[in-house]
Amino acid sequence: MAERLIELRDIAKSFGRVYALGGINLRVDKGEVVGLIGDNGAGKSTLIKILAGVLKPTSGEILVRGRAVTNWNAAKSREAGIETVFQDRALAVQQTIVTNIFMGRELSGFFGWLRAAEEEREARRLMREIGFTSRVFTPQSIVGQLSGGERQGVAIARAIYKQADLIILDEPTTALSLTETEKVFHFVRQVKASGRSIIFIGHNIYHVFDIADRFVVLDRGTVVLETTRAETGSAEQLINFMQRVAHPAANSGAGSQ
Amino acid sequence: MIDIAEPQREILGHETMSVELHPAERPMRRVFLANRAWLGTLGVFVVMMAIFIAANPRVFSSWGLYASVLTTLPVALFLTVPLVYIVTAAEIDLSFPATMGFAAWIFALVVQAGYDPFLAIVAAIATGMALGLLVGTLVVYANLSSLVATLGMNFMLRGLILMLTQSKSIALVSLDQSWAYKIFSSQLFGVPVQILWALAFVFVCALLYNRHRFGVQVHVVGDNPDSANEMGVDVKRVRVKAFVFMGLGAALAGVFSTMINFTWWPTSGDGYLLPVLASVFVGGTPTWGGIGTVVGGAIGALIVSFIQTGVVGAGLSGFYVQFFNGLIIILSLIGHRWNQIRYR
Repeated sequence: MAERLIELRDIAKSFGRVYALGGINLRVDKGEVVGLIGDNGAGKSTLIKILAGVLKPTSGEILVRGRAVTNWNAAKSREAGIETVFQDRALAVQQTIVTNIFMGRELSGFFGWLRAAEEEREARRLMREIGFTSRVFTPQSIVGQLSGGERQGVAIARAIYKQADLIILDEPTTALSLTETEKVFHFVRQVKASGRSIIFIGHNIYHVFDIADRFVVLDRGTVVLETTRAETGSAEQLINFMQRVAHPAANSGAGSQ
Repeated sequence: MIDIAEPQREILGHETMSVELHPAERPMRRVFLANRAWLGTLGVFVVMMAIFIAANPRVFSSWGLYASVLTTLPVALFLTVPLVYIVTAAEIDLSFPATMGFAAWIFALVVQAGYDPFLAIVAAIATGMALGLLVGTLVVYANLSSLVATLGMNFMLRGLILMLTQSKSIALVSLDQSWAYKIFSSQLFGVPVQILWALAFVFVCALLYNRHRFGVQVHVVGDNPDSANEMGVDVKRVRVKAFVFMGLGAALAGVFSTMINFTWWPTSGDGYLLPVLASVFVGGTPTWGGIGTVVGGAIGALIVSFIQTGVVGAGLSGFYVQFFNGLIIILSLIGHRWNQIRYR
């Protein structure tokens, strides 16, 4: 049995009288990629914000490595090793890869002078770790020169540098071409191989299917389907499953292909 | 499903299959690309000087012309370099002329009162940084547009000086007897020592800009404040620090300008507003924030200082100076537009 990393039990969130989440159960094991699928308004972003500690759940319990954590907040989320990579506002594109990876936690020594050689070495190691190997790009390359998928790689490398055990990727491939999506998948597989966990969020099944071990489908604030890839077999079958539970996300997923 | 590459095979980047070195891999080219902004500015300077020298070789081979530029250039350098930081942080400061005048006023008052000029320099720097803190706090914490707020502060501080001094200047006749004057404002083998101090300042600031936490944070704050904030950079604090740094530079400029002239004028600093702004942008720092070049800004100040001397020295009347000022600015901007790519 895989080691449990994070578990949400019966998490509900209401804004006034509107229920955004109505009793969600979600678990993430060590070294697992969980695909979180749901349409706009399904409650994905509320769930992420609760995981990041930005929003407080109205009710429910959060367990980190089997232990319940009370007064969940952003600091405790970070302490638990949860890092969220947001799609658009994550990177300073005119700066180098090194600057982006160490943003806010520069390696500095005497009087705040940067330990530039050390930063570059560490950046190289991180890039290698997620499989970001290239003869063209070095840690001193400007992020703006990178493609969309490679930029996601920089954001993922940064999350790993922050000692993340669980990286939440918020629609990392939505705006990307097929080749770029493959690059992101490649990084995700490397991260998974290093024993870290990932929640991969998408509103299109085809964006998530090839990379996730397990799927959690959200609709209108509840989990309507939870299944593994082994159980499903193919993306088409997953869509069939979802259509059986009369889920609108399935139609949008099939429709956008 | 697409078969993805094994980790050891490079799947990233362009033209990875070619055996010969990619252009970006050649070390010389890498150095060139990383420094293209200020190298471009240097190119503009060299071309401009070549034209001046060709126009009047006799005037431009005399050291006196250069010595006079090198005496006044330091004041512009102390202002231009911190302004590069401000522009990189995606802000602007138009209040530095008044800050310079104010700090120089405090310097003059302390010297006039009979204290050691070193003490007066410390007082001037403290004044400049305090005013920078005031301006920065106003812009950042009251969340005002830096363009308009600093413009207002420039008028207000200058008005305060005029009100309190009744527009009377202060002459410091005994200044040239002091040690401070000998160290900061005399000549060394015919070279004005101010320029040596200013070059040291540019050098330290360039290191601070590229190799220090403060410099890097100024870059990321100007580039993507949301992201910087999310990653734990105290965005507001960094912005305020940049304004304090501008105040420090303005104070040094004020002290040096007063030492050159032995006199403090109530209008001290006023004439620097537009040339210094021009120097920053001629130097290759773009207006949108996130990137910039300290060395380029310094060369930009050199260009702007030489235009006036150069145009007159080349035999044209003083009426041509403004036109050539504008021409150089526009040509430089076109050059930088072509030389730099804006990443979004």
